[in-house]
Amino acid sequence: MAKKPQIAAETRPWRDPDAQPFVRISGVTKKFGDIYAVDDVSLDIYKGELFCLLGGSGSGKSTLLRMLAGFEEPTVGSIAIDGQDMAGVPPYRRPVNMMFQSYALFPHMSVAQNVAYGLKRDGLDRTAITERVDELLSLVRLEGYGKRRPDQLSGGQRQRVALARSLARRPKLLLLDEPLGALDKKLREQTQFELVKIQETLGVTFIVVTHDQEEAMSLATRIGVMNEGRIAMIGEPQDIYEFPNSRFVAGFIGSVNLVEGVVTEDEDDHVRIRSAELGCDIYVSHGVDCAPEQILWWAIRPEKITLTREPPEGDANVTKGTVEDIAYLGDMSVYRVLLESGKRLTVTRPNLHRSDPDGITWDEQVYASWGGFSGSVLTS
Amino acid sequence: MSQSETPLRTRWYTKLFGPGAASGRALVIFAPVAWLTVFFVVPLAVVFGISLAIKEFGRPPYSDLLTVGEGGTVQLTLHLSNYLRIITDPLYVTAYLSSIRIAAISTIVALLIGYPMAYFIARARDPWRNVLLMLVILPFWTSFLLRVYALSGFMRGNGVINGLLGIFGIEPIQMMQTDFAVYVGIVYTYLPFMVLPLFTTLVKLDVSLLEASADLGAKPWQTFWSITLPLSLPGIAAGSMLVFIPAIGEFVIPSLLGGPSTLMIGRVLWDEFFSNTNWPRASAVAVAMLLIVVVPIMLMQRAQDAVVEGRTR
Repeated sequence: MAKKPQIAAETRPWRDPDAQPFVRISGVTKKFGDIYAVDDVSLDIYKGELFCLLGGSGSGKSTLLRMLAGFEEPTVGSIAIDGQDMAGVPPYRRPVNMMFQSYALFPHMSVAQNVAYGLKRDGLDRTAITERVDELLSLVRLEGYGKRRPDQLSGGQRQRVALARSLARRPKLLLLDEPLGALDKKLREQTQFELVKIQETLGVTFIVVTHDQEEAMSLATRIGVMNEGRIAMIGEPQDIYEFPNSRFVAGFIGSVNLVEGVVTEDEDDHVRIRSAELGCDIYVSHGVDCAPEQILWWAIRPEKITLTREPPEGDANVTKGTVEDIAYLGDMSVYRVLLESGKRLTVTRPNLHRSDPDGITWDEQVYASWGGFSGSVLTS
Repeated sequence: MSQSETPLRTRWYTKLFGPGAASGRALVIFAPVAWLTVFFVVPLAVVFGISLAIKEFGRPPYSDLLTVGEGGTVQLTLHLSNYLRIITDPLYVTAYLSSIRIAAISTIVALLIGYPMAYFIARARDPWRNVLLMLVILPFWTSFLLRVYALSGFMRGNGVINGLLGIFGIEPIQMMQTDFAVYVGIVYTYLPFMVLPLFTTLVKLDVSLLEASADLGAKPWQTFWSITLPLSLPGIAAGSMLVFIPAIGEFVIPSLLGGPSTLMIGRVLWDEFFSNTNWPRASAVAVAMLLIVVVPIMLMQRAQDAVVEGRTR
């Protein structure tokens, strides 16, 4: 989701070197026995951010979240929230609330009692609690559901109760563990936007853990990609997608064509890479920190490759192949092009016309080409 | 025969077990029904019948309910005197009340000891959990009587406890033949029945609920009070019933550990039956005890069903 420009300017404090982070995770390691669940992670998160921790299962993202909530203590390193060191602070004294993956709604309490639970601990009086509960239930569009029990609600409604409950105490920081994981696709898309809207209205800092890269891309102001307990890359969604810093990140987010190559020309303004897999030279129109004869990788997204019947001009950035397979997805089609080396390229093309009898079809000889800025050169 | 397979007259097993009870299901159900009929319903009916007779010298030592008089008139004689006696004689009333008191106090003590045990076992790590559970069940492998005698070995005047106290120069304490010894005996014997159902509910308790509670600002004791305890109520109810019901009718423990002042209905029943050979009175005592125990259980179960139904609906 493209952010509105005027908001984007205000909500990118990470670009300001003087900005004070709201959450500072420095050098945090968590060991369970001999296993490093989280391995030397440092991370700054700013006020008002919607930060996504993205990773596969066992990448350490949930452990990191649980350390923020106070359910686990770091083995090494420190966590500070709003300038306060959180070492030894139990969960019930942290200015943090969490929305659990399973929602963890109290089954013996009504929806209203669930939402009021945190308010009661804060010692609010009865009328104030009722008011706040009503306010929260209308925020998540569940007016009139207060008397129901959690097991009388649908999955989506439960998710919203859990959200209301976690927002009740006006936390400075809200942690969300796979908030949309249990919802079906349609509901997920809808809820995604609601979540962003609520976050923007309340100005609460959100840290979301997810394994769903689409969810991360559409929700986040920034994404931290985690792999094997370490942060693989931190960046805005666009950076992560367009400028991945490693083969792992390139492969984890979206689909990608990855090829190996050798540097043949290394200039300040361009680099030339010879790739046997592609059967052509890659001309990169910007300088890269590399050395001649170095073996490296080049990644390009399927939508950034053009397919043509006629060979385009130039001696680089074009290769020849046969269309092996076409998958029609409605909005676009995915082409699999078999190159002479045996390597397969994935290319997507938008379906601009309702039907195109003259379109590129199965078993056709095609040229695949791309621009000098289209791919990413990866050295790790 | 009509084409419809449904009989017009609802069969008894359909009434009892719902539609579809015919065929295989009835066969499966037949065995427990037959068992319960022969070994529970019939004996109970016999006991109830005897309770309406009066003591007589002879064999059997009670009056006949049905007598065939002259001219073939059948006479049914029902004596309510036994029940009237139970209500009016303070001995029985006191014995009932004392039984209920002892059973109730034992249940509460067993709950207070059993709950932390069950909680700890449920939260223990995996290999340990089974070891601890095994330790709870282990005493069952020894004869119950033997264990009660062992307890008396601990509590006698020259027993283990008083021996230890003697080392520190403390005068021996009279423990045997007191209510205290009976409480110790009942709690010790029935503790596993409290721990096991509590364990089953506590082990199922979702840890994320406790985390959510802490996350919402509840201190550990608040979490226990408003999450753990209410969610383990079914276990508390089951465990308490399993201790309370047998404890009310307990006979062996008060006889072996209690003194003459420990009045429990089980002993009264024994005395009526064997010392006074008053079978009708003993039967009436037994029936009255059954009512005292069964009625509250049924009421409680109904209340519990209502709660469960309200929750799952």
